[in-house]
Amino acid sequence: MACRQLWASRAASYLRISVFHRTFSTVLNNLKYADSHEWVKVDGNSATIGITDHAQDHLGDVVYVELPEVGAAVTQGDGFGAVESVKATSDINSPVSGKVVEINEELSNSPALVNSSPYENGWIIKVELSDNSELNKLMDSEQYSKFCEEEDSKH
Amino acid sequence: MWNILHRKLSELVETKSVLRDHIPIIRRFTGGGTVVVDNGTIFVTLICNKDAVPNVQPFPRPIMSWSGLLYGKVFEGLADFHLRENDYAFGDRKFGGNAQSITKNRWIHHTSFLWDYQVKNMSYLKLPSKAPKYRLTRDHTDFICRMKEHMPRSEFIERTIKAVGDEFSVSPVSLDSIDIDSVSEYVHTTRLLTEQEIREASILQT
Repeated sequence: MACRQLWASRAASYLRISVFHRTFSTVLNNLKYADSHEWVKVDGNSATIGITDHAQDHLGDVVYVELPEVGAAVTQGDGFGAVESVKATSDINSPVSGKVVEINEELSNSPALVNSSPYENGWIIKVELSDNSELNKLMDSEQYSKFCEEEDSKH
Repeated sequence: MWNILHRKLSELVETKSVLRDHIPIIRRFTGGGTVVVDNGTIFVTLICNKDAVPNVQPFPRPIMSWSGLLYGKVFEGLADFHLRENDYAFGDRKFGGNAQSITKNRWIHHTSFLWDYQVKNMSYLKLPSKAPKYRLTRDHTDFICRMKEHMPRSEFIERTIKAVGDEFSVSPVSLDSIDIDSVSEYVHTTRLLTEQEIREASILQT
């Protein structure tokens, strides 16, 4: 058991994934996180946005994703779309401000990608950032992991 | 009148009979399934600031469980109440369907309570593809039940108000006195479907 955990930690740091034993949600090191459980991957002036593993796990099976139009404006902290699970519609809030340049059309046919691959194939929108300094308001992976642990233990 | 999950209208209702009998269909902004609404239906909607219910994470399952505890108190000693997956049931028969909408700082949990129903109205509904497991293969009349057979209407309403009053302070308001202030840009919509939309869905049904 101890050996497997050691192997897992080594593999995790090689792959740049943090694995926390109490929560089983995956958190990636190279992303920024909002307290409403969205992640953002920044590349210069472009950002890719999705919901985290913690979020998809708590939402349940996603049956539909309501996407914004390309060209729409998004504002940090405001809703831009929604994820529907069997009995609930949940807003997706943008971790950054900017303009939508691409939406993940695959989600129309396969909304479950949000569950199976929340950080990769389940990405939701790509945005051209209007204000890079907003990223300072977001959490890094360590802060977000701690945040999730606190949320789960409180409830 | 009906409430309905978006899209795939052809999978949820018998469009030809709905068109023939001029049944209005409402698309609701919350998630959830399709219900037949008549003049006996009771709706209970809980709109909560997430911090007002601090022990409940703003996700479907925790909200559903919390609501199950609330209604458990309502029906205590009166009926064999169970939260079964996302439904409220007496025994294994559904009498209440749920829908939720969750935003950043608040959430809605909405229940359509089946007070009474006419069997012929159930024929407007198709068997949903995503049925709860506890339904097994039962058709509507074997799956649901009428609340009125279990308690007087006034008793259900009073007990619900009391159970809510144990968690929050409760006061009656009239609809006229509610003032809708600002509306944010991203607006959820509940709307009546047009006959055109129902006809288009009807073409998809064989």
